[in-house]
Amino acid sequence: MKLEKFTYDNQLTKLFMFATVFWGTIGMLVGLTAAFELIFPALNAGIPWLTFSHIRPLHTNAVIFAFVGNGIFTAVYYSTPRLVKNPMYSQLLGKIHFWGWQLIIVSAALTLPFGLTQSKEYAELIWPIDIAVVIVWVVFGINFLMTLIKRRMKHLYVAIWFYIATWVTIAVLYIVNNLQLPTSFLHSYSVYAGVQDALVQWWYGHNAVAFFLTTPYLGIMYYFVPKAANRPIYSYRLSIIHFWSLIFIYIWAGPHHLLYSALPDWVQALGVVFSIMLIAPSWGGMLNGLLTLRGAWDRVREDPVLKMFVVGITAYGMATFEGPMLALKSVNAMSHFTDWTIGHVHVGTLGWNGMLTFGMIYWLAPKLFKTKLYSRALANTHFWIATLGILFFAVPLYFAGFTQSLMWKQFTEAGYLAYPNFLETVTEIMPMYYLRAFGGSLYFAGMILFVINIWKTAVAGTFVRYEEDQAPALEKLRPENVEKLKWGWHRKIEGNAVKFTIFALVAILIGGIVEMVPMFMVKSNVPTIAAVKPYTPLELQGRDIYVSEGCYLCHSQMIRPFRSEVARYGEYTKAGETVYDYPTQYGSKRTGPDLAREGVTSLPNYKPDSWHYNHLIDPQKMNAESIMPPFPWLAVNDLDIASTPAKIRAMMTLGVPYPKGYDTLAVRDLKKQAHEIGDNLRQSGIKVDDNKQIIALIAYLQRLGTDIYKNKK
Amino acid sequence: MEIVTHSLVQIANVHIFPIISFIIFFTFFLLMGYTVYKAPKSYVEEMAKLPLDDNGESLTEDEEDLNA
Repeated sequence: MKLEKFTYDNQLTKLFMFATVFWGTIGMLVGLTAAFELIFPALNAGIPWLTFSHIRPLHTNAVIFAFVGNGIFTAVYYSTPRLVKNPMYSQLLGKIHFWGWQLIIVSAALTLPFGLTQSKEYAELIWPIDIAVVIVWVVFGINFLMTLIKRRMKHLYVAIWFYIATWVTIAVLYIVNNLQLPTSFLHSYSVYAGVQDALVQWWYGHNAVAFFLTTPYLGIMYYFVPKAANRPIYSYRLSIIHFWSLIFIYIWAGPHHLLYSALPDWVQALGVVFSIMLIAPSWGGMLNGLLTLRGAWDRVREDPVLKMFVVGITAYGMATFEGPMLALKSVNAMSHFTDWTIGHVHVGTLGWNGMLTFGMIYWLAPKLFKTKLYSRALANTHFWIATLGILFFAVPLYFAGFTQSLMWKQFTEAGYLAYPNFLETVTEIMPMYYLRAFGGSLYFAGMILFVINIWKTAVAGTFVRYEEDQAPALEKLRPENVEKLKWGWHRKIEGNAVKFTIFALVAILIGGIVEMVPMFMVKSNVPTIAAVKPYTPLELQGRDIYVSEGCYLCHSQMIRPFRSEVARYGEYTKAGETVYDYPTQYGSKRTGPDLAREGVTSLPNYKPDSWHYNHLIDPQKMNAESIMPPFPWLAVNDLDIASTPAKIRAMMTLGVPYPKGYDTLAVRDLKKQAHEIGDNLRQSGIKVDDNKQIIALIAYLQRLGTDIYKNKK
Repeated sequence: MEIVTHSLVQIANVHIFPIISFIIFFTFFLLMGYTVYKAPKSYVEEMAKLPLDDNGESLTEDEEDLNA
């Protein structure tokens, strides 16, 4: 058989690897800053872009898309050519992919902290950047799929299946979730509202975890663990079942983020059932990874790469057991909106993604620079402090979650809430926030050791840009023989990258379609409420301030139908109440209290305009123990009144029933309402101009939840 | 719970959705199990070793036999 010679180019692998290390450091540093801001609210020093609610989306986007994203591309650009015995299809497309992706990350860093956001979790980027993401993703896809089409190996190894599923699913998720109507170059409204938007957001949000943080990393596991352990994968049969059941089931699980919300129960039930089923393929995969180390366990004691892999895969097992448990309605009733979820997520990201990335790069860097790792001892130290860091991060947050949730639900014997003041439940868990910041510091210290070790390794060696390899030309099974193969049909799909991609697409589309189509088609899923009216122009502008200041990151707007929540916040939230919320502001975490009924004057928690004004300027003045950051600039910055007509027109296009031609009258109404609120504040002795952002935000807060109470009067 | 069951009842034939989902998944899973069970050993072993293999061969043993 004649062997063909060819050359792998390691340039892009190297670039992506360095980008992973660089952005990982930045992303984690931002996360650490956010953790400290929860302890010391004044840490933002009055700077808007340094405030918790501005940097939290930067942290999540940076670690997901910059750290893990570049990690994925490092693995794909290294392993794919070697698995298919062919260099990457195009070096030019690869370069466009690399620099395009880095440019997107920089644009994110230049927009998110400055309040330019869509407020959809992990999809906060504004529309021009979204378009760039789609273009770069397509460039990556062409380069990757063409490499597969031009390959020399007939068979596609399971790692490549996971890469394919990642590419095709992220494309679908990203586009569907980000459909939006721009009102200007920097602002847009989601085309979905209320419960429908919530369903789309969490279908995306959960599957960003599934197809960005999980499937490509399973590809990494299936390639790099056998490489590092020098053992074949434990069971290839298991990996096939693992792959198909995982991608098929994962896509359904999103609604478990919306249990007890206004989402119809049948969608919630589907989300729960599929979440429970997910244990099977997830654990199948985990065991397949761990058992690959059979016969190599003695090396795990010595080799930091294998250590990292073992802890990473174990963390995957723990997170994928905990996830389905949290998706049970009875557990979720307690865990949702608390720090438990944050702890859970970080077992997955710090453990699974972090450790696998570290292991991969500790293995890869010496190969790329043809030298030994600079210091094994340093890597072992990194391993230990990172592992301890994860424990110190997650365990205190579990306790914070249980504690706070139980306090929220506690009633006195007389039947009143035992802790009616939300702040009491925050003060109680502050020690846990200190411990979390300590755990985060440990993990970050490990990251610094990692940077030093990789840098020193790179400097000590010489970069091997080109590597020679050889393989026979692609020999095709003669068509008449395909049928004779015992498992011909799967062989056919697997032997053809395009067919395989289409099958993976079908597998992931089924879940999305079954959940979404009825949600959008069947009107009774969102029962309308006559009392619910569109926002006034000032409230709409105030809502945009609420979005851009990131209020949704700490305050939910979703009262669940529990006695404890109704007693604390008022009537539970109905689907019909949020039909004009483009996008919904349900939120996923209550670092502060729920705001769904903030404006209802008859409820015990009602606060007048002047209280909101003083509280936004200096929360600690109103409540010394509050951990809310101050937002003094809201009283300084002018509201962008000129944008009002375009915003009203966009709302009308999306179906909000403003009267015809209202866009021309909107500014007049806005000014009138602003003047009323301004007068009200001035009567309380507050010096403020009508045209400040804070006036609009107060208008919005005072509107929240009031519609259905109007009927009750 | 009444509010939730109430909105459930309003959807015509709502019970069909979870049933369809279950049937699709279960059939798929059985088919997959059968396929994997039927996969020839030589293929499975070669594939498992693929990342470690420095000299690629484009066909598995049984496929080469068929082509021969």
